[in-house]
Amino acid sequence: MSAVFDVLNLKKAFSGLTVTNDVSLSMAPGDRVALIGPNGAGKTTFVNLVTGNLRPDSGEVRLNGETVTKIDAIGRVQRGLVRSFQVTRLFQEMTPAEHVALAVLQRDGRAGKMFGNFLSMPDVMDEASVLLAKLGLHDLMHRKVSEIAYGQQRLLEIAMALALKPKVLLLDEPAAGVPQSDTGRIEQALADLPADLAVLMIEHDMDLVFRFAKRVIVLAAGTIIFDGSPADVTKDAAVREAYLGSYANASHAA
Amino acid sequence: MQTFFSIAIDAFAYGMVLFVISIGLSVTMGLMRVVNLAHGAFAMIGGYIASYAAQDLGLGYAVAVLLAVIGTVIISIPIERLLYRRIYGAPELTQVLMTIGITFCIIGIANYVFGPTLKTIPLPATLQGSADLGFRSIAIHRLFAIVCGLSVAGALWYAIEKTAFGVELRASVDNASMAAALGVRTEIIYAVSFAVAVGLAAFGGVLGAELLPVEPYYALRYMVTFLVVVSVGGAGSIPGALLACLVLGGIDTTGRYLMPEFGEFFFYLAVIAIICIFPRGLAGRAR
Amino acid sequence: MNHETVTKTARQNRTIGRDLIGIGAIIAVAAIGYLLFPDNLALLTRIIAIALLVLSLDLVTGYCGVATLGHAALFGSGAYAAGIAAAHFGITNPLLMTLAGILGGAIAGLICGVIILRAHGLPQLVLSISLIYLFHEFANKASSWTGGSDGLSGISPDPLFGVYEFDLWGQTAYVFGVFLLLAVFVLLRFLVRSPFGMLCRGIKEDPLRIMAMGASPKIALIKMYVISGAVAGVGGALNAISTQVVGLDSLSFTQSAESLVMLVLGGTGSLFGALTGTVIFMLFEDYVSAANPFHWLTMVGALLISVVLFAPKGLYGTAAGFIGRRMEKRK
Ligand SMILES: Nc1ncnc2c1ncn2[C@@H]1O[C@H](COP(=O)(O)OP(=O)(O)OP(=O)(O)O)[C@@H](O)[C@H]1O
Ligand SMILES: [Mg+2]
Repeated sequence: MSAVFDVLNLKKAFSGLTVTNDVSLSMAPGDRVALIGPNGAGKTTFVNLVTGNLRPDSGEVRLNGETVTKIDAIGRVQRGLVRSFQVTRLFQEMTPAEHVALAVLQRDGRAGKMFGNFLSMPDVMDEASVLLAKLGLHDLMHRKVSEIAYGQQRLLEIAMALALKPKVLLLDEPAAGVPQSDTGRIEQALADLPADLAVLMIEHDMDLVFRFAKRVIVLAAGTIIFDGSPADVTKDAAVREAYLGSYANASHAA
Repeated sequence: MQTFFSIAIDAFAYGMVLFVISIGLSVTMGLMRVVNLAHGAFAMIGGYIASYAAQDLGLGYAVAVLLAVIGTVIISIPIERLLYRRIYGAPELTQVLMTIGITFCIIGIANYVFGPTLKTIPLPATLQGSADLGFRSIAIHRLFAIVCGLSVAGALWYAIEKTAFGVELRASVDNASMAAALGVRTEIIYAVSFAVAVGLAAFGGVLGAELLPVEPYYALRYMVTFLVVVSVGGAGSIPGALLACLVLGGIDTTGRYLMPEFGEFFFYLAVIAIICIFPRGLAGRAR
Repeated sequence: MNHETVTKTARQNRTIGRDLIGIGAIIAVAAIGYLLFPDNLALLTRIIAIALLVLSLDLVTGYCGVATLGHAALFGSGAYAAGIAAAHFGITNPLLMTLAGILGGAIAGLICGVIILRAHGLPQLVLSISLIYLFHEFANKASSWTGGSDGLSGISPDPLFGVYEFDLWGQTAYVFGVFLLLAVFVLLRFLVRSPFGMLCRGIKEDPLRIMAMGASPKIALIKMYVISGAVAGVGGALNAISTQVVGLDSLSFTQSAESLVMLVLGGTGSLFGALTGTVIFMLFEDYVSAANPFHWLTMVGALLISVVLFAPKGLYGTAAGFIGRRMEKRK
């Protein structure tokens, strides 16, 4: 199947420190890819470059074959490239229903409408409540976000991303900061993602990675050092070196 | 040529006065991230104290300047303790409201105490008259303002770049919590910078009294001018502030010489153009 | 889904209920004002005009989080547009003059919005202050159109609907003003609850998040600025129609700063807050500046400082929060 998402030779340095070093990858609809790597490897920076929140020094990003490197972050979202944030960014005074409704309206180009209360727009509300029900947030849909638990806020991030009906979804550590007891819900939500959606997930929890991904990419110091099946990743010497670093050397020496 | 020379000297002197008044504002804004609209009010207080000391008490110019600086700093201490402390780290709107409230109060009180008239600060004989440069003569007071401005810039540069205090100050401007974690006593840095900023404002208020006459609405009239210096120069940047002062002094003075009718109009137009082109200031760091 | 529809209608009823209460409250306060100050309808009309300015400021500051000290530029432009239409073009129909005010305000809103939104933080504030001075200087110098510092006179609006004269007693102007305010209030209630209003609340909290949803904060804010300009323009036009002069003070920094004070006094981000703040401030101003004009500025300053320290949500916001908590407890 042809790729929906290509990254070609992306490079970025912050005042001399190369954070993204010649990264290339492509994804097809339905792909489930995990991007892993030690802290500070440049994973979030990669997402920011791809979404247009940061400007790359060189390289190219393509969506459905169209080069979007010159298009701003908003235009890329409108073309179907949607992300979630490593630390939730929600509107504290709004309810989950309002969050999702706003996303639905924005997707349909109706968020600029100046009349009508979304509570009285049945199509919007129905879609929002179905989506929220799927993620187990239905009972909380009219509470303020500041009153709901962090795990549920993470789910709401996913709900908002899904409401935009993306073609490519970039999830930056969707389970980060969620108590162990709640990760099941998030994992379920990930398993239920639309089948034709291309998903790239950054995650540190390896159990989650192994259950979710069909393909794993390892980033270390801005460079892709592994791109292959989950079964092979733990056997790879370069990956062991990147994660275990000096410990590995020490044990060799011993 | 003659006009050009007079404009240049006046612009330079005016720019230096602006610099002396505004540099403290720039440093404290970079350091404490407080949008301080009341800075001009401290310059005005300095002007009033000096005028009172020189005019009403008949003290000498140097004593008046000293009294103005010390007096203004003393007045500012309770204001900082009771009011500014409450708005460090608060949203911008809160800071705007608090400091504009302080400005209004100071204007009202100045109006009550000193009346609505213009105050003058008599210059000593040595600063009156003009110096002959052979082909042109310059008012000595202008030269004095220029020398003071350059000395302040030099002293600040030395203090910030070469002393231990300066290192700690720069660290705190960059990242206050990190500096605090490294053992820098940020409260002391804050307090000293605030006092220096207020003292310089008072000094500038006295120094510039010929160009920016002291009257109750001083604090409002020049509020935007001082803020412009900071936002054009970039908060916390001495070279930026210096450049901004020279540019703005140049624009303002040229406007007043060549188009006295439309001077202010073009000044604000220029300010808007500069900020629109450099939204983060001339020396602003990209975020 | 049945449960769903029940709560939905309950919510809708509650918001509609609050709208009706709001409309009722405005009419009641207007009637009380009329009965209490029958000789001072000019002041009451001016309060309404300024209330429109403060509502318009609330749209950008309270709902979108843009701090501005130059909002009178929108109000003054509306006033001059209505005044110039009448004095120079013979458009003396009060409704058409109001329309001119709306247009003038909206255009000024577009200009100010495009410029102010180029920067953030301090530079943004400086832009707003520079703009109000620029507008002021412009109006001052274009004296053949604006009358300069003497003010624009020669504005004599026709009777409203050809029947009700704008006379010395100011009854027509007052009633006209009350109706304008009601109309604007109802429209704004719709606006702040609409998807667009929600989008703006989102922008206030986290513009980057809104961008990640594919919406442009900048375009939304500029739209809001134009709407805000139209609202301020209604206020400006009302002022021009009722006083029959337009002065430079309507385009002043002081007017801008005072309207911000009124907004904060009442409480940002709420239409009722904006109205409350304006009424209290203006009555207070009328009383104090008549009694002791010398201390007026000191009082405003002290008022501002105490609001920041003791009632950061404003009088209406604090009262509403207090009553809300009491109601919660009783449940
Ligand atoms: N705006 C920036 N300016 C300078 N350096 C930056 C900037 N953003 C990130 N970095 C640096 O780039 C490197 C990669 O950061 P990034 O956030 O992409 O890592 P990450 O892989 O997402 O890490 P984590 O697993 O902790 O989320 C880090 O060393 C970080 O300090
Ligand atoms: Mg990261």
